[in-house]
Amino acid sequence: MLETIRQIPVEHYVLYSTILFVIGIFGVLTRRNAIVVLMCVELMLNAVNLLLAAFSTYLGDAQGQIMVFFIMVVAAAEAAVGLGILVMVYRNTKSTDISLLDKLRD
Amino acid sequence: MSQYIFLTLALISIATALLMVFSKNPIHSVLYLIVTFFTIAGQYVLLNAQFLAVVHIIVYAGAIMVLFLFVLMLLNLNNATEPQKSNTWKVAGAIASGALLLTLVGALKGSTQLTASETANAQVGLVENLGRVLFTDFVVPFEIAGILFLAAMVGAVMVGKRDLKM
Repeated sequence: MLETIRQIPVEHYVLYSTILFVIGIFGVLTRRNAIVVLMCVELMLNAVNLLLAAFSTYLGDAQGQIMVFFIMVVAAAEAAVGLGILVMVYRNTKSTDISLLDKLRD
Repeated sequence: MSQYIFLTLALISIATALLMVFSKNPIHSVLYLIVTFFTIAGQYVLLNAQFLAVVHIIVYAGAIMVLFLFVLMLLNLNNATEPQKSNTWKVAGAIASGALLLTLVGALKGSTQLTASETANAQVGLVENLGRVLFTDFVVPFEIAGILFLAAMVGAVMVGKRDLKM
């Protein structure tokens, strides 16, 4: 058994990941710059990744860490496409303010 | 010893995540987020998930955050001209996220405690073990991930082209 999992209860990891995830949600709700919103989404993905890795280590099961690997793959693809769309939006509106993107509302 | 390292890394990452959300300049936000990612890589090392720690640094600090910095510098957004949401929105966001935090913590308190398995294999996060699982049980998802990357790459290039001739 690993020294870390003998000394730290898994609840600490759950609490820590929850706090990081909530900070990410707070950023998504309150920021207007689309790049910062994307960064907050990355932070939320990382909180979930950390929790999956923690449970995987505590249970001695490799599948959780494989899942983290696939989440990283999807996060990289998402960042590339998202930033591409963002550059296109900036070319058309000369701004990355997400509150300007409300054309579908009216 | 481990719990002190855990606490230090956790406090640093929560503090830098908060600074990332609250800093006005997007460049500072990116730099704080990179510090957060390095502390999360430290947590992976603490969990003996060495493969994940290395991949995390390569993918996040090495690729994704460099992409974010490139876009910020290309769009020349490094001045603090970002319009802010009104205080009403900020209070509403704080209440909403605080309520979510309370709900999740309350759900955690009522749950049954997970005890770490005594027979847990501590070597599970090493490259050797993960590679064996990845290329036996998860071959098909691995290949699908490759196709997803190809599609994302083509999509990013198509979206980013200035005048697209179909």
